[in-house]
Amino acid sequence: MPNYTFVVNGKTVTVDAPADLPMLWALRDKLKVRGPKYGCGINVCKACTSHLDGEAFNPCVTPVSECAGKEVTTIEGLADGDELHPVQEAWLEQDVAQCGYCQPGQIMAAVALLKKTKNPTDADIDAIQNVCRCGTYFRIREAIKSAAAKMA
Amino acid sequence: MASPTTEPAEPGQVGRRRFLTYLVAAPTLTVATKLTADAVAPARAEAVVPTLPQPAEILDLGDVLTLSCAPTAGMLVLELTADGRARLQLPRAEVGQGITTATAMLVAEELDLPLDRVDVVLSDARTELLFNQLTGGSNTMRSLYDPVRATAATARARMVAAAGAQWGTDASRLSTRDGAVWAPDGRSASYGVLAGPAARSGLSVGAIRPKDESAHTLVGTPTSRKDARAMVTGRQVYTLDLDVPGANPVMVRRPPTINGAVTKVHNEAAVRAMPGIIDIAVVKTGVAVMAETFGQALDGKNALDVTWGPGTVDGENDETIKKKLRAAALPFVVPPLLTQYVDGEFDFAFASHAPMESNSAVADVREDSATIWAGLKSPIVAKQTIARELGLPENKVTVHVQQGGGSFGRRLFFDAALEAAHISKAMKKPVRLMWSRIDDMRHGRGRAASYHRIRATFALGQVLTFEHRVASVETDWSHGLGEILTAFAAKLPVGGNLSFAQTVFLLTVKSPYNFGVTTQLLNEVPLKFHTSAWRSVYSANTRGAEEIMVDEIAKKLGKDPVQFRREFIKEQRQRAVLDKVAELGEWGKKLPAGFAQGIAVHGEYKSYTACLVELDARDPKYPRVTKATIAVDVGKPVNPRGIQAQMLGGLTDAISTTLTAGLHIDKGLPLEGSYSQFHYARQKNSPTDVTVHVMPATGADIGGAGELGLPAPVGAIANAYARATGIKPRSFPITFPVDFDPFPR
Repeated sequence: MPNYTFVVNGKTVTVDAPADLPMLWALRDKLKVRGPKYGCGINVCKACTSHLDGEAFNPCVTPVSECAGKEVTTIEGLADGDELHPVQEAWLEQDVAQCGYCQPGQIMAAVALLKKTKNPTDADIDAIQNVCRCGTYFRIREAIKSAAAKMA
Repeated sequence: MASPTTEPAEPGQVGRRRFLTYLVAAPTLTVATKLTADAVAPARAEAVVPTLPQPAEILDLGDVLTLSCAPTAGMLVLELTADGRARLQLPRAEVGQGITTATAMLVAEELDLPLDRVDVVLSDARTELLFNQLTGGSNTMRSLYDPVRATAATARARMVAAAGAQWGTDASRLSTRDGAVWAPDGRSASYGVLAGPAARSGLSVGAIRPKDESAHTLVGTPTSRKDARAMVTGRQVYTLDLDVPGANPVMVRRPPTINGAVTKVHNEAAVRAMPGIIDIAVVKTGVAVMAETFGQALDGKNALDVTWGPGTVDGENDETIKKKLRAAALPFVVPPLLTQYVDGEFDFAFASHAPMESNSAVADVREDSATIWAGLKSPIVAKQTIARELGLPENKVTVHVQQGGGSFGRRLFFDAALEAAHISKAMKKPVRLMWSRIDDMRHGRGRAASYHRIRATFALGQVLTFEHRVASVETDWSHGLGEILTAFAAKLPVGGNLSFAQTVFLLTVKSPYNFGVTTQLLNEVPLKFHTSAWRSVYSANTRGAEEIMVDEIAKKLGKDPVQFRREFIKEQRQRAVLDKVAELGEWGKKLPAGFAQGIAVHGEYKSYTACLVELDARDPKYPRVTKATIAVDVGKPVNPRGIQAQMLGGLTDAISTTLTAGLHIDKGLPLEGSYSQFHYARQKNSPTDVTVHVMPATGADIGGAGELGLPAPVGAIANAYARATGIKPRSFPITFPVDFDPFPR
């Protein structure tokens, strides 16, 4: 099997995997990076949302070969040591999570949104498609607005 | 009383060492259940035709569950450690409902210990707890509020006694604060230091009494989840995040129809030769494929060529089910001859539980033992069943309860744990089993489809009769609740030859109104789909449909929906939450064309709620709830912030199942296979303005909250839809096309 080398949360790693193995399983099963979650495997629930070279991507449908030489950031790599990212702080402030399973993806989607749109409108937030089966959407919305205000 | 046990102290070793473990033999508080109808004597509005107390008002399902927990309520385990921490072993499942935080608050309050020094862990299956390890019926805080307080009060009393003995001071002169015992002269000793001496069996301890509720400083204040930081940093551990040595990923190829079984696998050798495949085994539920990664296990299972036998509902589709349900609905008793009347018929589709974490389990089955890890709401029955099916003694099976990624009733069943055990036994290897989303939606469990026929008769401005006949596809209750109902049959306020389902129905569904002679009856159609109680069980559909009828009766009588409800509601607490949402949500305010308000109420689990929504139905096919105002009275709110979260979840469930989320059945299988097809709400479907008002403590018994939030918004959304569009909503979800290409079977 071929080897692929990329950076995960600041660390250079090499995995031995078939070219078409979805990155989600390279991360979860081979590298034991378990923050990104499986929810659908076809890029519709977005629970695995992470960043590839700073842009939101969904490892469940991205082959490992496409990540070679790139920089992957998962939820585990968002905080700076013990210092949380402002979006994570906002999530705590609003007590967003219930079961918590989708929240790594929700947070990574929100961080990607705020990178491009400093002051998102409700319509901008509506465009986030990540499913939260506990139905925490309103708190997610409030947390994104609160994080945007803090990051301004 | 307390029987503390002391572990021998090893010099210099602190931290996680447990110096004191309480196994309180009998809690000082007993759980008083009101068995008389006095407690529910309605404050009757003038001139309305009163409705006699219904079974669920006399003794509801939660009372039964609490009763079933009472004999073992004193077997809670609370440990105090040398590092000054308290650790409660919670015999329940945390799946997002916030009970680990709420019970930690009770412990912190009672011990005067900062909340961040209280840990709550989920107990392994403890068969000695009998019925006291079932998470359901919105009953955790109802059944554990008193026992947890009593247990923590015992620990506090022993700390005080130990300090008193050391200082030669009478315990009555000592106080506790910030995790330490304090003397009047300012001396203090931390719980960490006292944990050892407090465990001595000779210690003389005075009367043990939990704090008076009026002295609570933490309980009742909005508190964030204890596990929130782990969740936002990706460190929260779910079943498949565990590393069990040697446990490789497994997925199962499942039949083309529900409950079909494998006849023949045609290409096992070819699939075994695929990259990463480790093993293949045929089990009762399908063909299991183990691989180095889940991605490869999925490829392997998809590549299998299997011939299948028939399933249990192969001939069924939406139309055949509808027909059977209509035929099964029991007849009305009251003919609409001499009075005015309104009739209504309602259909509700199947709905997947669809928790984000799909069905999963880790199992390590050996020759003479088995260890299981899974999110389980009935771990004792899981353990007993797994032991029986593997042919092992119960004490050789260990079942660890993992925190779950959502449940909504799904994890009452332990099918993944049982399946993983069988696969591990067949492969002779530890396994990490994950269901694909498609399988989870099609072969997992769901809320049974139901049909409702409602008739109300009225004369001279009064409702004389209210009849509701529910016909539902059978709901599976074989996760342990049936045994509880059997054990407590003599205490139930219902009689006759009722099924478990009918008993649960009568113990949960009640009408909040004085509508004269009121009867609500369930009849089930025995179709073998995979079902499980779905958040609020029968109430979402049953009470939701009733709240639609309430608006229609009000309209016939020429009354405003809020005024009408105020007049006919039985109980003041129910009326108070209605008044609160009408005020906060500005009932009756002017809205643009295509928008409307809708309102509804619900009472269950000894709690009361009301919901007022604003709906944008300018496009009647794609309406959106834009604003929601909810009021909730749970008698004694332990964590208002957690209660608000539960109400928000109930609202989103109602938005989903009322407007867009359901399963179509075709040839014995749901068509929907993922979130792109089962339209659970997303951000764009959720309101941008939500207020949840938690009513202050009333001095009443503590009520349930987890499922309370669903039925009222079902009614409110449907009522807003009717007012905005002029269309009477009758079939749910309202917008329900097959707008996708189904996945191959």
